Amino acid sequence: MSVLLEVTNLRVTDERDQDEIIHDVSFAVAENSCLGIVGESGSGKSMITRALLGITNPWLKSQGVAVFKSRNSELDLLREDENTMRKIRGKQIAMILQDAMSAFDPIAKIGDQMAETFVENKQLTKKQSLALAKEALGLMNIYDPKQVLKKYPHQLSGGMLQRCMIATALAMEPDLIVADEPTTALDSINQGQVVEEFKMIREKMGTALIFISHDLGVVKHLSDRLLVMKDGAAVEYGDAADIFANPQHAYTKYLIDTRMELTESFRKAMRKGDHNG
Amino acid sequence: MAGFWNRFRKDRLAMGVSFFLLLVIGLAVLAPLVAPYDPTAQNIIDKFQGPSLAHLFGTDQLGRDVYSRILYGGRVTILVSVLTMIVTILIGTVLGVIAGYFRGTVDDVIMRICDIMLSFPSEVLILAIVGILGTGITNIVLATVIAKWAWYVRMIRSIVIAFMDSNYIRFAKVAGCSTWHIVRKHLLVGAIGEIAVLATLDTAAIILNISALSFLGLGVQPPTAEWGMMLNEAKNVMTTNPGQMLAPGMAIFLVVAAFNFLGDSIQEALNPKINKGFKQKRYSLRDSLWGRKKVVTE
Amino acid sequence: MANLLEIKDLEKSYLKVGVNFGGSRVKILNGVNLTIEAGSCVGLIGESGSGKSTLARLIMGLEKPDKGSILFEGIPAKQWIKNNKGKMSVVFQDYTASVNPRYTVVEAIAEPIYASGAVKDLDQRIDRLLVKVGLEHEIKNRYPHELSGGQLQRVCIARAIATNPRFIVLDEAISSLDVSVQSQILKLLHRLRIEMNITYLFVAHDLQAVSHLCDKILFLYQGQIVEELQSGELAMAKNQYARDLLASVIPFEV
Repeated sequence: MSVLLEVTNLRVTDERDQDEIIHDVSFAVAENSCLGIVGESGSGKSMITRALLGITNPWLKSQGVAVFKSRNSELDLLREDENTMRKIRGKQIAMILQDAMSAFDPIAKIGDQMAETFVENKQLTKKQSLALAKEALGLMNIYDPKQVLKKYPHQLSGGMLQRCMIATALAMEPDLIVADEPTTALDSINQGQVVEEFKMIREKMGTALIFISHDLGVVKHLSDRLLVMKDGAAVEYGDAADIFANPQHAYTKYLIDTRMELTESFRKAMRKGDHNG
Repeated sequence: MAGFWNRFRKDRLAMGVSFFLLLVIGLAVLAPLVAPYDPTAQNIIDKFQGPSLAHLFGTDQLGRDVYSRILYGGRVTILVSVLTMIVTILIGTVLGVIAGYFRGTVDDVIMRICDIMLSFPSEVLILAIVGILGTGITNIVLATVIAKWAWYVRMIRSIVIAFMDSNYIRFAKVAGCSTWHIVRKHLLVGAIGEIAVLATLDTAAIILNISALSFLGLGVQPPTAEWGMMLNEAKNVMTTNPGQMLAPGMAIFLVVAAFNFLGDSIQEALNPKINKGFKQKRYSLRDSLWGRKKVVTE
Repeated sequence: MANLLEIKDLEKSYLKVGVNFGGSRVKILNGVNLTIEAGSCVGLIGESGSGKSTLARLIMGLEKPDKGSILFEGIPAKQWIKNNKGKMSVVFQDYTASVNPRYTVVEAIAEPIYASGAVKDLDQRIDRLLVKVGLEHEIKNRYPHELSGGQLQRVCIARAIATNPRFIVLDEAISSLDVSVQSQILKLLHRLRIEMNITYLFVAHDLQAVSHLCDKILFLYQGQIVEELQSGELAMAKNQYARDLLASVIPFEV
């Protein structure tokens, strides 16, 4: 499997006070693989992908090399100008953000917004775009997609909006999907469904995935490789299964332990039932 | 709050405009002490004099000192407008808060009354009221308040409803805080910024309104000085002495513009997300025109 | 144990959004029945949009139900809250919006104490509360935006227990926190409940967090309570939705 994205020594500095937010992070994402980035809030995990896509605040400066190989071209994401980046974003690299509610325009219907993306980027007509949107929502196992398309963002739950966002990203058929905490706001059922969707995306479409989360459980389910972030620096990086089995860094162990506690309680809550049959 | 003042102080336009307005209001208040001449003192021999050391802005068609008339006129125009704005804001805030906080029947009743008031075009309403009550400054103030209060109630009600959705107000309600406490410490404190924006922007509109009415002869009556009134008199001699329009016209223009800028600046200062100090990455305009799409960072 | 809260046949609907000349309504809660015993911790699980937050708001007396009754010790909710100022409290999910951004930590915690009228020794009380929730004194005069998520949520908890409440609604109180911080807060909540003998209603969508804390778990689906299970008997769920939910939990095993 060839490497799709290779990041070397990524550094992000706040120019207002010369504060280094991300220190020398390096990682690689192979085609059709999933890289999980974990860490607590403020560890910089979202900042990495935002820097790569060039959508950080104007006072943040990114340095380093980020080679993106796609469709016969090799680009350094950190060097390209805004126009090239704009063409890449959404088409070759799709981003699914954390707060689905604020990603949508509150005064336009969901269907129109999704269709707008397709009309812009795929050169389809409005009618074709709406049909594609309906199909994409169907893929996400959304009940009655037609109704959902007619609604405004504030009328849908957070989980539903998140799935619409994922559907939009999927329909664009990108090479790489960056998902920033997509399941954080979802309940167990929705979360399970979304994780299955991501699995399916990878298997069926061969899309590579960067999955950012603070929930180790979800990350473990999906990732091949793992990057653990703390305070802007990479604390551990390597094969996911290896790291979970044998965490080298104390912080990784801490994250694993705290996550285990929650699953333990759940098991206890279920277990007694087993004994009673 | 500290954040607001910091951002406001850094905004040079805001500081300049505030200083200008304070100066203008100061001169208006102190007009009797500062004006060199009695604004109504006529001196036909000296009419239509150009600006000179004796008469800073020259004299008008009756030989009255224009500078003094501008100063006295400012009292009427600005102070009356501010008074009108304050009364309308008070009515708007009280009714808007009641409607937005309590909702239900009270809200419905207030809203329906507002709907009725708002269905009249405000200019026509003002003219009609002045027509019934007669001319004069008190009457146009009354007419303006009657025409505008409903709009304020609506705006402030929307602001209140948005705030009522916040968790901290929900908590205060569950904790048993009194209505007055919630209104005072949470609602008003939070909404004051947005209300201030409404106030400044509306003052500009009211100044224009009152000047327009005086220009039409429905407000102040001669020989009282008032900027709109002075424009009216200047209009009569427009072909022979067009320069007469300059002083009152510029005065209105500058003060209205200043209030508008002030409103904008307050709005920007209230929003901590706008980072004005840092120049954005953007295309250099020239390069875009020539088809070169290089990014320019300043 | 006596029932602190009894809800019978609760119904609540909202106007359907869109062109709505007929006033057609969407039923969010369609006959909810539940009881909460004094001193227990009850979890309410439901997906986003199932009506959990609506139910929480009705319980807190912030909205009126269309049909049915919400009785605290036999008295209607709003009445009970009025008679027992400070005895019900709430911790919300969105801690960044739960405290007035212009209030300092001290002011936020003092507010319910002032409302319930018992303002003696305010400073010491606040100090003790901060210690109870594991916060340092240094943060007393900070503003909400200067605190981390975990710290701010602890302030909200301190504020909620400030008046020694008998009943606290935890509306997705840990959902917005990092997983590593979640277990700390859950431990804190458990300790406080035992120490102060408070009854909790824990509204959440995350089964694993709820099972950590609660004695009884209720499943809310399509406006009704479809399953009621004691912690430790979850595997005995009969309702299909509950079974699906339990099966969808992504376990973490190494």
